[in-house]
Amino acid sequence: MAMTRILEWLGRFYILMLLAFLYLPIIIMALMSFNTSPFYQLPFEWTTDWYASLWQNDQLIAATWNSIEIAVITTIISTVLGSMASLALYRYEFRGKKFLQALLFPPIAIPWLITGTAMLIFFFGIGIGRGLLAILLGHVALALPYVIVVVSARLQTFAPELEEAARSLGANQWQVTQRVTLPWIMPGVIAGGLFAFAVSFDQFVVSYFLSTPGQTTLPVEIYAAIRKGFTPEINAVSTIIIVVSMALMLLTARFFKFGGEK
Amino acid sequence: MVDQLATGSRRGLRPALPLLLPAYLWLTVAIFLPLSAMMFFSFMTDLPLAGKEWAFTLGNYAAFFSQSLYSTLLFASLRLGLEVTLWCVVIGYPAAYVLAKVLKGRSREAIFLLVILPFWSNGLVRIFSWAMVLREGGILDTALNAVLPFKINIDLMYSYPAVIIGLVHSYVPYMVLTCYLTLQAIDDSLIEAGRSLGASRLQVLKRVIIPLSMPGLIAGAALIFVPVVGSFMEPRILGGRTGTFYGTIIEDQFVAVFNWPLGAALSFILLAVVLIILALAAPVLRRAS
Repeated sequence: MAMTRILEWLGRFYILMLLAFLYLPIIIMALMSFNTSPFYQLPFEWTTDWYASLWQNDQLIAATWNSIEIAVITTIISTVLGSMASLALYRYEFRGKKFLQALLFPPIAIPWLITGTAMLIFFFGIGIGRGLLAILLGHVALALPYVIVVVSARLQTFAPELEEAARSLGANQWQVTQRVTLPWIMPGVIAGGLFAFAVSFDQFVVSYFLSTPGQTTLPVEIYAAIRKGFTPEINAVSTIIIVVSMALMLLTARFFKFGGEK
Repeated sequence: MVDQLATGSRRGLRPALPLLLPAYLWLTVAIFLPLSAMMFFSFMTDLPLAGKEWAFTLGNYAAFFSQSLYSTLLFASLRLGLEVTLWCVVIGYPAAYVLAKVLKGRSREAIFLLVILPFWSNGLVRIFSWAMVLREGGILDTALNAVLPFKINIDLMYSYPAVIIGLVHSYVPYMVLTCYLTLQAIDDSLIEAGRSLGASRLQVLKRVIIPLSMPGLIAGAALIFVPVVGSFMEPRILGGRTGTFYGTIIEDQFVAVFNWPLGAALSFILLAVVLIILALAAPVLRRAS
């Protein structure tokens, strides 16, 4: 028994080490964004100058707005289209359904480098070219499979008898969907939407290949800045991004249990 | 079974179409047609744009096989993927075990969330944060020199280990997640039964726990290996000059050299490799579900 206790405490200690590994660099980056020295020199002296100078950086601000706009539009489109498709996959039995479900995995599984370059070639070929529209087209496609998977998972917990009951009581298809099905799957839809926002807002690779100077997103702008040289300004904007996306994920976790229902 | 019981209360594709069509059309235009177009372009001498001359060729693929640079880099990327995956198993599996079998209740939920939280935050920014830690005069250097009695110079930045560290940091939550899901499903009584029949801890681990959690390990490995082989941003930022891999060469074709047909061919070879790996992993995963 004593052995078991020791092993359990070692296990807990190990988890703490892992958390340190995962969070230390992020915490250090956040601290450095409040440090006066632009060369990350210690001792630490508190300043918010780097955040203030972000407001002067028109390029970064424009890219931030693009990122937010694209993420919001992506969220709306992919949540609506994805929920519709999940409903169809749930309600109806038809040939080729397994195939349609299998089609959702390539966009998730294929490295974004391949998807991104393929989109670049194709959008160029059909005349859309690069820019915000191309980025939006790509982001929605990347987010759709996630939305469908998450909403479908929620639909699995829904009893089809409820729809039948509503129908036998005289509700039409639209009323059934709106009054019975949608309220039940709403947590899944919200979680799917938050996933979609995260996929779009944090997306770098696909945006990178589809952007042009002036029509770009925040991660692409940050990458360009990093390659020019590190500045505390990048730390500041990176810290903001990390905080935003983590807050978003915490919110998602409220609607969607990652560890499975238990 | 559950699948069939719960779904498909009604038959027919026709009523399902209006709901399905928008999503799948979008996927077709933005994913499946581009992938097909890329395959097409990879057999061309030039892009058929703005009246440029073009013809069909196998030259782009011939370039891959005739110049050892490309296959060398592909192997370097495969090796990178393998090393990162192994590190993720070594680091992630024990953590998943502790989460699934040692921690209970609220502390398990909270720590689980903490582990997977960073993996949904911006990958680029997390890679960048390592630059702060690893460079000379960076945090690791300063901290070690403050503790150690002798002077050492830690400058891991722009090196192969830096790329490994950054990638493991990015992908280890995947392994924890997939292994946790399978480990959690193992009935504790199986482990107790093994122990009471006289098996040592190590034997139980080898004969019961690891075989039963294999699907999680394989799923995690596939989820990590595939994107790492195609990574380019991480090696660029953390690897500097040593960070030339297959992914960075593909990136170059599209943003620097502008040889798109060659880039398409290189991308397609990568896709073929990725698909073969996923196909190998698929039977194990299917048996599990």
